[in-house]
Amino acid sequence: MTAATTPYRTSQRSVSDSFARLVHAEWTKFRTLRGWVLAVIAAVVLIDVFGLLVVNSGGIQCSQGSGAACLPSVPTGPGGEAVNDSFYFVRQPLPGAGSLTVQVTSLTGMISAQTGGFIGQHGPAGLTTGLVPWAKAGIIIAASTRQGSAYAAMMVTGSHGVRMQYDYTSDIAGLPGAVSAAAPAWLRLVRSGDTITGYDSASGSRWTQIGVAHLPGLTGTVQAGLFAASPLEFTPNFPSYGESGGSLTGSLATGVFDHVRLQGGVTGGWTGQNIGRGGAGYDGPLIGYRQAGGKLTVTGSGDIGPVVSGSANTSYDTVTIADHLLGVFIGLVILVVIAAMFITVEYRRGLIRTTLAASPRRGRLLAAKAVIVGLVTFAAGSVAAAIAVIVGKVVSRGGGAYVLPVGALTEVRVILGVGALLAVTAVLALSIGTVLRRSVVTVAAVIIALVLPYILGVAGILPAAAAQWVLRITPAAAFAIEQSVPQYHQVIGQYGPPDYFPLAPWAGFAVLCGYAAASLALAAWLLRRRDV
Amino acid sequence: MEATIEVAGLRKRFGSALALDGMTFTVQPGQVTGFVGPNGAGKTTTMRVILGLDAPDAGRALIGGQSYPKLRRPLSQIGALLDAAAVQPGRTARNHLLWLAHSQGMSRRRVDQVLEQAGLASVARRKAGGYSLGMRQRLGIAAAMLGDPPVLMLDEPFNGMDPEGIVWMRGFLRSLAAEGRAVLVSSHLMSELQDTADHLVVAGRGKVIADAAVADLIAAASGDTVLLRTSGRVEAMTALTHAGATVAATGKDTLTISGLAAGQVVTLLNQAGIGFSEVAAHRASLEQAYMDLTRDAVEFRAQPAQEGTVR
Repeated sequence: MTAATTPYRTSQRSVSDSFARLVHAEWTKFRTLRGWVLAVIAAVVLIDVFGLLVVNSGGIQCSQGSGAACLPSVPTGPGGEAVNDSFYFVRQPLPGAGSLTVQVTSLTGMISAQTGGFIGQHGPAGLTTGLVPWAKAGIIIAASTRQGSAYAAMMVTGSHGVRMQYDYTSDIAGLPGAVSAAAPAWLRLVRSGDTITGYDSASGSRWTQIGVAHLPGLTGTVQAGLFAASPLEFTPNFPSYGESGGSLTGSLATGVFDHVRLQGGVTGGWTGQNIGRGGAGYDGPLIGYRQAGGKLTVTGSGDIGPVVSGSANTSYDTVTIADHLLGVFIGLVILVVIAAMFITVEYRRGLIRTTLAASPRRGRLLAAKAVIVGLVTFAAGSVAAAIAVIVGKVVSRGGGAYVLPVGALTEVRVILGVGALLAVTAVLALSIGTVLRRSVVTVAAVIIALVLPYILGVAGILPAAAAQWVLRITPAAAFAIEQSVPQYHQVIGQYGPPDYFPLAPWAGFAVLCGYAAASLALAAWLLRRRDV
Repeated sequence: MEATIEVAGLRKRFGSALALDGMTFTVQPGQVTGFVGPNGAGKTTTMRVILGLDAPDAGRALIGGQSYPKLRRPLSQIGALLDAAAVQPGRTARNHLLWLAHSQGMSRRRVDQVLEQAGLASVARRKAGGYSLGMRQRLGIAAAMLGDPPVLMLDEPFNGMDPEGIVWMRGFLRSLAAEGRAVLVSSHLMSELQDTADHLVVAGRGKVIADAAVADLIAAASGDTVLLRTSGRVEAMTALTHAGATVAATGKDTLTISGLAAGQVVTLLNQAGIGFSEVAAHRASLEQAYMDLTRDAVEFRAQPAQEGTVR
């Protein structure tokens, strides 16, 4: 035998980029295992089945019947959000520029004598003296008397001092402390076109500007006057984090106004009107106003502000689009298993050697795997979330629950956010799988880091402070991406998952990204230096 | 690129075990090089180092003058079969080759070519989990051939093959070498390589203990004997012993002579005028040569071993 003189030349040539080839190869690996493809489809189905059927299993019962018949008619504010807009309004038209100034000498209130009782059910006999923290009385300039109109108001509150609030969601603090005859608060609103400026004063002579509201809708003749409102008081069933349900108590607030001066008014006489009567709280004989000795006394019930989820400040049931995403964590568990196995089965079968022989640049191989698990889970999560959100709204309304409206961009953020949440979680699982090289421990690690904290938060098992910290510092913080409606400090509610999270949506998502990036870096480092 | 594998001074320690202790050899193109040695000799570790899977503590391994991680499309430069069992059971053979092909930017058509070449075309759409070990070996060969590489490296490819498969494998390896490729085949059974390998690298205890052409190894083995059938048994014994041979009487009229070639025996007998009816040279088998070489290098032995070298 003699050696050949001409060396053998391969017949195989390629022009494509090496990273694109790797991604293509990993995609082929994924799609040629039927079990993996079916598992991803199963994840999508489970996310939707759990989110739609289990969560909305029972229809709502009400005096009109059940299900869709119970669906309330809810006003929406200028920003499109659902609002409470029920209060007693003592008003005059204001055709153009002008200002309204009052001195508030008293704010008192009444609550139901029976704990957990609904004030409307008991009448005056069931009342006792009491003032809820966000009871409010003051002056308001509103575009019209229609619920959901644009407005700006200066007010004194039960325990949060003087506030300027406008268009339902904005709230600015003014003078602190409660008012009394000895320590009255002066309030002033100045209108110029669609701009309203709020001032307060302790003396009536030295004024402090609190805020400026530009209210596009506020043109022509508007309504200016005095108001009083007192929101439903929510008492949760358990002092835990998350939605445990609770009871609502109606309340009344009475404000006493002196030195009422409207500049720019035309009629000179006041008209009283119970806006949104019965919409929230008490609707009985105590509501109304009295004018005596230059003083105006106004009594009202209800609230002017945003509706929050968990039915914490409404007499009807509310849900958010995030309530239809409770199945996400189930799909997530399945996708975590797939993503972990995408690398761990290669170790178990010894296939990793074939893979690394075909692709000796190991960092790029890990990146290609991350691209594939990321894209597959992003697509699966986005599709599942889109179905859950779109179909969920129909299902919830059919059951009689009011779905808090959100903007299209928010909806898109929630849907794609679920896709991104699953994708980054999958990359985290892939990375941990690369580090640990065992399916079971990898899946256990990810579930302990991500799913368990979420379930603890949603189930309301932990004390509120602990649950909040868990949802801030663990990868489960990323579930904040599902939050569709904001939390308001000026509205008492049951702010917990699945509707509310301690971190803002993108901040929570960034926490998960941090964990994923760190574990991916560790995985790449170990993969490069370890023998296989 | 030159179709060679060069391994120089590889050292590798796993914990307290020294797996490679200066492994050095070169695989030339155009021939089948057998890589033999007892279990634990370092064959598989050497192959892993060649493929860049294990990092050596010292030394280097080059394919056509380049280290493995530097190869741009490695499967077109060296095809390897390390572990035939390393497949995903739920994936079909064809899809297993398909992802490998995609990783190198190669097409579906090439996959079908190598399936045909490995004799798997009819079962290509079956799940690899249902394959026998012999079929998996063929699948491993197909994978190694995917890039049509000038260098092939196969670890124990005969394992689990039926006799027909072994015959096929031998012919296949010979044809690859005939095309000018360098072929390195490991085995712990020398008999498998008897009629296949042109050259042998014998490993023991992490280093090379013999590196020679198969013909030279056999010639150097201690087992060469000459069988003599003669009626003058006593005279023959005297004459041959006098000439330096070791002679043993193995029957009424037969002698077994070692230390002299058959031609020398005939010359001596003719000079002494001793008649004989048969002289037969009994060649040592490759197996015997191998056993001689590795007797001292077998890892698990009671008595302290000495280094055996035939160079």
